[in-house]
Amino acid sequence: MLADSDRIYTNIFGLQSFSLDAARKRGDWDDTAAIIAKGKDWIIEEMKKSGLRGRGGAGFPTGMKWSFMPKPSDKPHYLVINADESEPGTCKDRDVLRHEPHKLLEGALIAAHAIGAHKCYIYIRGEFYDESSNVWKAIHEARAAGLLGKNAAGTGWDFDVELHRGGGAYICGEESALLESLEGKKGQPRNKPPFPAMAGLYSCPTTVNNVETIASVPSILRRGGAWFAGIGRDPKNTGTKLFCISGHVNNPCNVEEAMGIPMKELIEKHAGGVRGGWDNLLCVIPGGSSTPLLPKDICDTVAMDFDSLRAVQSGLGTAGLIVMDKSTDVVYAIARLAYFYMHESCGQCTPCREGTGWMWRIMKRMVTGNATLEEIDMLLDISKQIEGHTICAHGDASAWPIQGLFRHFRPVVEERIINYRKQLKAA
Amino acid sequence: MPKLKINDIEVEVPAGTSIIQAAEQLGIEIPRFCYHDKLSVPANCRMCLVEVKGGPPKPQASCALACAENMEVFTDSEMVHKARKGVMEFLLINHPLDCPICDQGGECDLQDQAVAYGFDRSRYFEAKRAVKDKELGPLIETNMTRCIQCTRCVRFASEIAGVDDLGLLNRGEDVEIGTYISKAVESELSGNLADVCPVGALLNKPYTFTARPWELRKTDSIDVMDAVGSNIRIDARGNEVMRVLPRLNESVNEEWIADKTRYAYDGLKTQRLDRPYVRDTSGRLRECTWEEAFIYAAGKLKTLQGSEIGALAGDLVDVESTYALRDLMRALGSNTMDCRVDGADLDASEACGYRFNTTIAGLEQADAIVLIGTNPRKEAPIINARIRKAWLTKRTPVYVIGERLELNYPYTYLGAGADALEKLDIKAEKPAIIVGMGALRIDGAAVLALARKKSVVTAEWNGFNVLHTAAGRVGALMVGFAPQAPFSTKGIKAWYLHGVDNAEVFQHVIAKEAFVIYQGHHGDVGAQRADVIFPGAAYTEKAALYVNTEGRVQMARAAVSPVGQAKEDWRIVRAFSEVLNVPLAYNTHADLRKRLSAEIPAFANVGEITPVEWKPFGKEGTISATSFTSAVANYYQTDAISRASVTMANCVESFGAPLKIAAA
Repeated sequence: MLADSDRIYTNIFGLQSFSLDAARKRGDWDDTAAIIAKGKDWIIEEMKKSGLRGRGGAGFPTGMKWSFMPKPSDKPHYLVINADESEPGTCKDRDVLRHEPHKLLEGALIAAHAIGAHKCYIYIRGEFYDESSNVWKAIHEARAAGLLGKNAAGTGWDFDVELHRGGGAYICGEESALLESLEGKKGQPRNKPPFPAMAGLYSCPTTVNNVETIASVPSILRRGGAWFAGIGRDPKNTGTKLFCISGHVNNPCNVEEAMGIPMKELIEKHAGGVRGGWDNLLCVIPGGSSTPLLPKDICDTVAMDFDSLRAVQSGLGTAGLIVMDKSTDVVYAIARLAYFYMHESCGQCTPCREGTGWMWRIMKRMVTGNATLEEIDMLLDISKQIEGHTICAHGDASAWPIQGLFRHFRPVVEERIINYRKQLKAA
Repeated sequence: MPKLKINDIEVEVPAGTSIIQAAEQLGIEIPRFCYHDKLSVPANCRMCLVEVKGGPPKPQASCALACAENMEVFTDSEMVHKARKGVMEFLLINHPLDCPICDQGGECDLQDQAVAYGFDRSRYFEAKRAVKDKELGPLIETNMTRCIQCTRCVRFASEIAGVDDLGLLNRGEDVEIGTYISKAVESELSGNLADVCPVGALLNKPYTFTARPWELRKTDSIDVMDAVGSNIRIDARGNEVMRVLPRLNESVNEEWIADKTRYAYDGLKTQRLDRPYVRDTSGRLRECTWEEAFIYAAGKLKTLQGSEIGALAGDLVDVESTYALRDLMRALGSNTMDCRVDGADLDASEACGYRFNTTIAGLEQADAIVLIGTNPRKEAPIINARIRKAWLTKRTPVYVIGERLELNYPYTYLGAGADALEKLDIKAEKPAIIVGMGALRIDGAAVLALARKKSVVTAEWNGFNVLHTAAGRVGALMVGFAPQAPFSTKGIKAWYLHGVDNAEVFQHVIAKEAFVIYQGHHGDVGAQRADVIFPGAAYTEKAALYVNTEGRVQMARAAVSPVGQAKEDWRIVRAFSEVLNVPLAYNTHADLRKRLSAEIPAFANVGEITPVEWKPFGKEGTISATSFTSAVANYYQTDAISRASVTMANCVESFGAPLKIAAA
């Protein structure tokens, strides 16, 4: 279990004020100039050493991402912070935004310096009204205190932050759709390459990072990359991570824990255990709605980090655990997610536009069993036809929950179909 | 220059070439819906997926992926087939199975590719999507349920046509192409939307349900609705023109045509002169035979001196008939002939003074464009699209002298008339000055001289351009259908009007008591005034040469035969010369062409522009202070054919009077 002294987010529960004074008492903005004085190469090197992987879901090493930014040219560089947290089951960024906004702003300044940006845009989910108010307030405080603006925080680096509220579309959390939306266009993902580091916001070099990633940066650099790398199960899955535990647990919560903590320990220790005891567990979606679910026998032993979860054909994603006990109609639960992915598809590219609706319609029938056994394989075939054939990862995200369901609960669906047929015959 | 292998064939391509283009060079066709080589690349249809070795283990969109060194691409592997079959199935689940009643049937990309990648039956048993049709005006028919959301139309409208009228609305399954607020697409290039649409969602409205593509006889020809000389394909069934489509010519119209070019063809079916007429003593036109018409007209002309006979050539005339008419007039001893019937004071003496010297494609190289007394959007939408392209790709600055215009690119307004031209001082290496017919008034010679002085002409750049509005004008000027010496129209007692339908001619030039022979194909202004009518052939009905505003000689072919007793125009002149006892020296079209090219070698150079020397033209003098106005106020009705067209009349009704912005 993570020692209290190793916690980055000391106010994640919001027990203290989010204001600048309170944040300073917790150590934020403590001689930021000294960190920046060490130079961008040192910062990037230290980030690489820390092994921090992007906290938005894909888990791309942050230090490496920053090092991809081209050398300064006549084009401005931009830092964009993705605060469009909309993944069902995930609410970690939300608490960072409302309780620890200064960590985010300080991290933004350091990250911006490392990638050569003078401007940062925070794209915040439209529904996060209170959160955006807090961030806005924090930006004003920081500006008034000279922490943002010309010669920000005495670092000699000019830097400012703009806050942009989104319209509430899930797809705008995809980094290139976010950039489109930020540019004032319809939020549709761009084709990659070019990646944002080459042509991002307004076709300028851009780094897009998740809120948690950026907010972790100041603490990592203050304590050193080695400290961060020392936490966690193995060198590729390091540091602390905010976990969001929701669903059928006694005490749903957001908690910072060490990467690689066993899932069972995480749920029992912080969330008060599964409703009705661990044996009442049916399955867990481990990393936000797009990751395939895991049945109890895997949950018994699996560790919560990128590679452990990947080994069991799921993923850490955003580390939003959705716990389901045995009272859950798991088919309905996945059908509901299929509906979500259909509803949030941007409609730009063919497989996702046409396939997500088709999958939902079949899933809807499977909830009652009004389907044929052959349709299960057909459904999986359709999901494979979507996966990997789309512009962005939304297609994959829509396919995975369904694939996970049939990987572990196929007999449940089959039984439902057979029963439905029987009833039909009887009637 | 990256070197890569596509299906194990090595190819070297310029940097930045996409895989789909590289494959095309090798003759490997990759199916596509959203990709169009003149439009931006959204990579959204996912049909062009290919396998790339060394890349991620999933298929890549070949339209958006640039070729890289040592890439290994497979366009025919199992992975590719599986991916494309998947995409095809997704496209078809919500596409109606109405090919038998769809106008696109037979020339539909989706249909063709479904043969290659589709299943023979569907696995989709859910309800199909239906989308409400959109009303896009009198030219575009919509069947939005058929739409596969490739967004080609959206990109065409915003990139080429420069009107942000279309968009992809809503999201997910509910996406549909629409005009945010229900409205018609207000562009002179809107017909191309039907061409870029790979399925039957956007269709050619006047053509709807009239023919099937396999019934049509396709003839390559040249358009005469403006002076661009767009390359067209005329599709005919029997002796009826069913539709007009663009033909690729990168130097002229790329692959677009303007709406008048595409839709005015229905004017060829009405108001036609299909037999000769003579005006009888009661003042009415009476049908007659060719013999009677010729003898009657010849009888009149024989009583007159050569100097009492004049000839005028209208806007749509072809080169051969103008040439023959010139020879006839010379044989009759007349010098009174002119093709500048709209009163444009062009200098006929030097070809460099009436041509679009920069060339249409050359506009893309210009670093500044000045429009003088012209509205290219109305006068030559295709050239306007080039100017827009120059602005879009290079941000070429555009300046306007004349009326304030509603153009689809930003411009700097310099002034209304002569003083602005006088003060014109463009700091650019390759500026293109475009003088429109609206600037060539009675003081045209002075305007030309001044514009000439302002033009940059070097060994590799000629920035002086005249934008004509009449398709026949440059050709007629080239054959010398213009007075060799100053002349007065006062003493002219008989006029031979070759396709002259310009109302101003009849108000100002033709005397009330003059005898008028009208040769043409439409019962328009000219025929009303005529004493004898020789029915001629329209541009779709004759093999003929036309010269566009650049001086490019192009060959049109006959798609259908002339209506009724009408004849090809040069034949009429030739036959009439016989009756006048001054027989012309050619009996066949080939003879005529041979003689024409011998006299003016440029006409042997079909498809090309023959360079001319840069010589002085125009005449310095004072220019009146009144402002220049565009020669074309009503784009849709500029000549006898478009005035007879119902479709064009509908356009006028839909798009209203030509838009003018009030002077600020």
